[in-house]
Amino acid sequence: MKVVYVDNAATTAMSDVAIDAMTPYLKEVYGNPSSLHTVGQIAKEALDDARARIAKCINCQPKEIYFTSGGSEADNQAIRSAALNGARKGKKHIVTTAFEHHAVLHTLEKLEKEGFEVTYLDVHENGLITAREVEAALRDDTALVTIMFANNEIGTVLPIAEIGEICRKYGVVFHTDAVQAVGHIPVDVTAQNIDMLSLSAHKFHGAKGVGALYVKSGIPLQTFVEGGAQERGKRAGTENLGGIASMAAALEYAVEHMKENSTKIQSLRDKLIDGLLKIPHSKLNGDRCSRLPSNLNMCFEGIEGESLLLLLDAKGICASSGSACTSGSLDPSHVLLALGLPHEVAHGSLRISLCEYNTQEDVEIILNEVPKVVAYLRNISPVWEELENGEKPHLI
Amino acid sequence: MALYSEKVMDHFTNPRNVGKIEDADGVGEVGNAKCGDIMKIYLKIENDIIVDVKFNTFGCGSAIASSSMATELIKGKPISQALELTNKAVAEALDGLPAHKMHCSVLAEEAIRSAIKNYYDTHGIAYDKAQFPDPHED
Repeated sequence: MKVVYVDNAATTAMSDVAIDAMTPYLKEVYGNPSSLHTVGQIAKEALDDARARIAKCINCQPKEIYFTSGGSEADNQAIRSAALNGARKGKKHIVTTAFEHHAVLHTLEKLEKEGFEVTYLDVHENGLITAREVEAALRDDTALVTIMFANNEIGTVLPIAEIGEICRKYGVVFHTDAVQAVGHIPVDVTAQNIDMLSLSAHKFHGAKGVGALYVKSGIPLQTFVEGGAQERGKRAGTENLGGIASMAAALEYAVEHMKENSTKIQSLRDKLIDGLLKIPHSKLNGDRCSRLPSNLNMCFEGIEGESLLLLLDAKGICASSGSACTSGSLDPSHVLLALGLPHEVAHGSLRISLCEYNTQEDVEIILNEVPKVVAYLRNISPVWEELENGEKPHLI
Repeated sequence: MALYSEKVMDHFTNPRNVGKIEDADGVGEVGNAKCGDIMKIYLKIENDIIVDVKFNTFGCGSAIASSSMATELIKGKPISQALELTNKAVAEALDGLPAHKMHCSVLAEEAIRSAIKNYYDTHGIAYDKAQFPDPHED
C-alpha cells in the first residue's frame, strides 16, 4: 500500500541533502569541537560554518545563534531568560496568546507559579491576532512578548513584523516560536524586528533532536545547561555536530527553494481545501489567506478525530487531529478551543500538513478516501443522526 | 498500531452489530459529545432473551471497538447475564485497552444497562431500582 505522509508539521522525512551533510560527522569528522588538536579543530570549523550559514538564512550574526536540542528547549531558554532579565528590573509581566505551543504555555504556567503575571491574548475566530491588540496589552512592567510566528495546528501566520515593531517601540523583548515558519515562509529577524527566535531542524527535513535559538546581541541569555564553555557558556554539552550540519544544509536548501516549493505545496493544499469543503457540514479552521502554504485543518461535524485518523491510517494516509483522544486528555485541542469552536465540533478535526514531496496523486487519494471515511463514521454516529433528524442544530 | 491490540483494531475497523433497530424494545444512550464519546444501544428482546442488539457510536477507536465487543457479548444472552457484564470483561475480551481509554469500556457497560432499564420502563416491568445506579462520567 502506498503511504501518503501528510503530517509534516509533526515531523518531516530527512532530505538527501541533510543526510549527506550529516554523515561525514558520524564517520570521519568525529572530533570534539572543544579539542585543541587537528581532529577537534576540523569539527570546530564545521560548527562555525554551520552557525554562519544558519545565521545568514534568518539574517542575523553568527554569534547570535545558539544551538539547542530543538524548538522546545529554545522556547524554554528564551522565555526563562527574558523573564529573569525582566524580574531583575522589577518587570514581571509577559504577553502571549492562548494558542501557543505547549513548550511556551507550560513554561509560562510555571513562571506564573513563580510570581509572574501572564496576559493570554484571545485569538480571533480566524486564528489571528493584531499588533494593536498586543500594544494594548503592554504595561510598564512588561518583560516579554512571546507570540508564535505560525500556528502548528491551524497554520495561521501572525503579523510578526508589526508585533516586533510595537515591541521595539516600547522597548519590550520580543520572542517568537518560529518552529513552523522557518524554512517554509520568509523569516528575517532584522527586518521583522525579532529579538529572540526558536527553530527546529526536523520541521524542514533536517535531523531530529537539534534546533537553534537566535538571541539579538545585547540581550543577556541565561545558562540552561551548566558544565562547559560550549555555545559561549550558555549551553554546555558537546555539540550535536552531525545534526547541526544537517540543519544548516536543510535550511539553506529550504530557503533557496522556498518560492518554487511553496507555490507547489500551496496549489496542492488549495485543491485539498476546496475538495474537502464539499463534504457537507465541514469547516476550514483558521484564516485561508494568512496561512502556511502547507497546512489545512478541517472540522467535520458529527464524528470524532481519532477514529477518523485510524481509518485513514488503514488506507495509508498519515495525518493528525486535535481530538481529545489523540492527546491523552479528555479535552480537545486548546488551539481549536481558542478559536471559539464548541467542544463537540473540535473533536472532529483533521490536520493535513504537506511538504514538497507530496504529489497530485496524494491529493487524489486523500480526496477519495476522506469523504468515504467521514460518511462511514457519520453513518454510525448517534450525534450525526440527531443533527440530521433536526433534534439538534448543525453548528457548522 | 501499537496503541491498540489487534482485537481492538479488528472490532474498530470491522465493527459487529452496527446500526439501529427501528422497533427496538429498549434503547440506551450514554456519554456526552462534549467529552467526545456517545454510545447508543438498541435491544430486541423476546422472553427475557436479547435476540438482537445494534449500536451507533460517536467516539474514538476504542469507543467503537468497546461497543462492538459489548454487543457481541450480550447477543443471544438472557437479560440477567447482560446485566452482569462489566466494563472489565469488555476490556479483557478486547485483549486490553490503554489506561486512558478504559472509560470507553465503562460507557459500553452503562449503555447496555441503560437500554435494559429503558426496556423495563417502557414495558411496565417491575425491577429493583438499586440495580441501576445513575451512570457517572468517568
